[in-house]
Amino acid sequence: MTRGFFACSAVTLFFSVPALASKLTIAVQLEPPHLDPTSAAAGAIDDVTYANIFESLTRFAEDGTIVPSLAESWDVSEDGLTYRFNLREGVTFHDGTSMDAEDVKFSLDRARGDDSTNAQKGLFAGIAAVNVIDPRTVEVTLSETDGNFLFNMAWGDAAIVAPESIDTIKTNPVGTGAFKFSEWVQGDRVELVRNEDYWGEPAALEAATFRFISDPTAAFSAMMAGDLDAFAAFPAPENLIQFEADERYKVLIGSTEGETVLSTNNKKPPLDDIRVRQAIAHAINRQEIIDGAQFGYGTPIGTHFAPHNPAYLDLTGNSPHDPEKARALLAEAGHGDGLTLSLKLPPPSYARRGGEIIAAQLREVGIDTEITNLEWAQWLEEVFRSKDYDLSIVAHTEPMDIGIYANPDYYFQYDNPRLQEVMSTLRGTTDPDRRRDLLQQAQTIVSEDYVNGFLFQQPRLTVAKKGVQGLWANAPTQAVDLTGVSWSD
Amino acid sequence: MSGGRRASWSFLTGAVLVSLFAIAALVSVIWTPHDVSGMNISARMKAPGGDYLLGTDHFGRDMLSMIMAGAQTSLAVAIIAVGIGMAAGVPLGLAAAANRGWLDELIMRANDLAFAFPALVIAILITAVFGPSAVNAIIAIGIFNIPVFARLTRGAALSLWTREFILAARVAGKGAVRISAEHILPNIANLLIVQGTIQFSLGVLAEAGLSYVGLGAQPPTPSWGRMLADSQTLVGLAPHLALVPGMAIILSVLGLNLLGDGLRDMLDPKLRVVRT
Amino acid sequence: MLRFLAQRVGSLIGSLLVASLVIFLVIEVVPGDPAAVMLGVNARPDTIAALRAELGLDGSAVSRYLSWVAGMLQGDFGVSYTYRTPVAEMIADRLWVSVPLALYALCLTVAIAIPAGLLAASRRGRMGDYGVIGVTQIGIAVPNFWFAMILILIFAINLRWFSAGGFPGWDEGIGAGLRALTLPAIALALPQAAILTRVMRSALVDVLGEDFMRTARAKGLSQSAAIWRHGLRNGLIPVLTIIGLQFAFLLAGGIIIEQVFALPGLGRLIFQAISQRDLIVVESVVMLLVFAVILTNFLVDLAYAVVDPRLRKHP
Repeated sequence: MTRGFFACSAVTLFFSVPALASKLTIAVQLEPPHLDPTSAAAGAIDDVTYANIFESLTRFAEDGTIVPSLAESWDVSEDGLTYRFNLREGVTFHDGTSMDAEDVKFSLDRARGDDSTNAQKGLFAGIAAVNVIDPRTVEVTLSETDGNFLFNMAWGDAAIVAPESIDTIKTNPVGTGAFKFSEWVQGDRVELVRNEDYWGEPAALEAATFRFISDPTAAFSAMMAGDLDAFAAFPAPENLIQFEADERYKVLIGSTEGETVLSTNNKKPPLDDIRVRQAIAHAINRQEIIDGAQFGYGTPIGTHFAPHNPAYLDLTGNSPHDPEKARALLAEAGHGDGLTLSLKLPPPSYARRGGEIIAAQLREVGIDTEITNLEWAQWLEEVFRSKDYDLSIVAHTEPMDIGIYANPDYYFQYDNPRLQEVMSTLRGTTDPDRRRDLLQQAQTIVSEDYVNGFLFQQPRLTVAKKGVQGLWANAPTQAVDLTGVSWSD
Repeated sequence: MSGGRRASWSFLTGAVLVSLFAIAALVSVIWTPHDVSGMNISARMKAPGGDYLLGTDHFGRDMLSMIMAGAQTSLAVAIIAVGIGMAAGVPLGLAAAANRGWLDELIMRANDLAFAFPALVIAILITAVFGPSAVNAIIAIGIFNIPVFARLTRGAALSLWTREFILAARVAGKGAVRISAEHILPNIANLLIVQGTIQFSLGVLAEAGLSYVGLGAQPPTPSWGRMLADSQTLVGLAPHLALVPGMAIILSVLGLNLLGDGLRDMLDPKLRVVRT
Repeated sequence: MLRFLAQRVGSLIGSLLVASLVIFLVIEVVPGDPAAVMLGVNARPDTIAALRAELGLDGSAVSRYLSWVAGMLQGDFGVSYTYRTPVAEMIADRLWVSVPLALYALCLTVAIAIPAGLLAASRRGRMGDYGVIGVTQIGIAVPNFWFAMILILIFAINLRWFSAGGFPGWDEGIGAGLRALTLPAIALALPQAAILTRVMRSALVDVLGEDFMRTARAKGLSQSAAIWRHGLRNGLIPVLTIIGLQFAFLLAGGIIIEQVFALPGLGRLIFQAISQRDLIVVESVVMLLVFAVILTNFLVDLAYAVVDPRLRKHP
């Protein structure tokens, strides 16, 4: 019996199917819970669906700029309150029905409705009305000017969906994108095929398979064994050196919108004392964290802003590693004889490893930490919702999310009217230079208030076979855009 | 496994291995070769040898020191869990044997049920409710030790209740509680010691499994299971990261098992031990 | 016999009811809201409330328990909160991985343990016996997840004979499926084989001491021939009991191993479901595992009663 098994396995060893040039198997770490980007926060849904299956009025380009998508162009009224979107001609959903202004109205009204389960409902909060002018024109009226509106409409959560297929969207998504959903083997993979009736440039790939491999070891060996053509957002930076040394593979290192911070509970004593927060900032050695937790991949940040953004200010100089100063600040704040803080860590390895390193660094200046490793569900409940924590480590991956500092109820519990004013001015500002200036003011305020420990920007690490072209190196939003991917030979 | 020569061999080997880990655990309280939680990122993943006898981990911490301190965690968790199992299981088993009526039925049905639950899943749920910590690992392991001891005690006590010296005690007017405590318990002590050793070894394995999936002692408290979990993606680069804690688990469990077998052969070769 | 049977069935049903209650209560007190987990950090409270209503989470605990049990009796395990597909379908899908894995591991266990146990018993007190005993001692001491890591290191990363994880699905052919399950099955089987070998050996040693075996030897059969002809059959009853229990154990015990090898089985389903607070899935999978063990015990009891009528008097 066993001999039979082994013989079988031995035979299959020699049948590894060579990848066909027009197909691609790409892995991501997490499996989406379902495939409706408009009713869950799971980024894994956008990995599979963004740009591939679903499209929005506007979209993110690889460099983070906003470009037209289903809306070919738009006109903004003088007062900035009315957006008139001109939709593209000849766009159909994968089920053959046409995409028109009614679908846009349906999608936006559904997202902002009372029983909406959209995870980013805030994106649609400023919309006062959506009116259909004619089948190819839709007019959106805002209740106040919003410099971010076109940016908001580019998110996966703002995908245009059809009322005809909405009931089964979670298991059979029907969008307008260059790929059609084909099959989902739960626990393993989702398969897509090329949409032959695509309105734009058709995809070069005939078919694409997303595989879900959460375990970093399995990810490494699946890639090494050649089972995969690419792995987007490779979860184990420690293994990249082996891919770089292997001539079959290439490694893409890009940027993401993920600012990794040592989240701090600004209302909870002793952390309501800026001297204590500043002491923590000086106790942190960013390079050691990047080396130890990320094996060198990551860009140090001194504020909550992505370094690749043109408005970025390098403020790491506000908080250099200086244990002496940290100890002095603690003594000044009356904690010279030590201090114990809780440190609650979510599952990703940057948090778990980074947490252990930070605990060691804090111990050196006289701060003891009690580490608790939490699952996401517990983290959401204890840290995010109940604010029952002192310190935590999280990468905030939403694009341009410095606005969270203006919300005193956010789990940082940071309440600074000056920053709130800057952010509300920003919302009403459309002039690019003025916006940039306001964004830099905001960066400076949160940095100088030592709201959180600012650690590093998450890198986007992608491993691919040498012949794969056109994969995004950067991740301006959560997406694995395959529309421009092809094989070279 | 009988025969005096082999018994003493396995007893000796077991005793040596177990004392080795016990001593390491005790010594680690006051001294380790390096600071257990002292990191040195630039000296990470050093192979065994030189300044670091068993090498360093991915943060540049000394593996030998971590293994010593980890022994403390492992042994403490397992020993307390066995204690919980005995403290609750033995009285339950004695009561069941003495009563033989509905109480017996109730205790044994509850026992069967406890055996039917997938231990790991329950442990995961317990930590989901109370959060992961060494204490909750102890409780999770301890709960599953209770039915083992209850069943064993009941079985052994039942056969004693039919013996003449018990009958004599009953005639003398002693109550069930006194008989259980004065006559039954001393006669099953050997059995309990042997089973306790086996449960101890299973406890060490269980603790390693729980902390491997992140449910045991939290960092920076060292634990063998977590050392293994941390090494998962790094074995390809530095195999000693997985080999060292793995060998610590294997050798300590092996030692306890050998000790248990040796004890059994020395105390009473006919004893039957349950192994689940 | 009929009375005995009725009594056993009664206690089977009682156990299942109590188990369902225990599982439900434990899961009731698990903190964390499935709706909040699904909607993430930017969700507004009214959105979370809307989703809770959509999931049917706003009913009372008693009514949810009753509808869960009533559903299960009709084979309806409810609908997963996160995946929005029927739980029964999800479980069935995962069983296609977990059951073959458990069977594969069980076959390996038996294939290793029977010959090893025979060898040890027939060479009792000699080198072969000591060798087997020594190996089983080590086998029992090896944590299966560690063994799995070492297997991956050797056979997947260094030799590249097997892939280190994932499951291609049975559509890709039985060979491909079995190949993906080979390393996990070995990792699961080794410690179990060590236990079974010991049971096998001591069962055979007991049998060897019986009168009929002495008679067989006196008739001129060699030691090993006597074991083959008479010993094996008589020693098999305790071995079969252990095998039955091991199967139930392997089904649940694969949890960590499935995690290590990224296999889409029951174990991974339950891990995922717990972390996403997809509690209806957790409840049903745990219930299924408990049911498997209780049923196995029940069948083993029945088998014993059939073999040995004396046992019908007192369980």
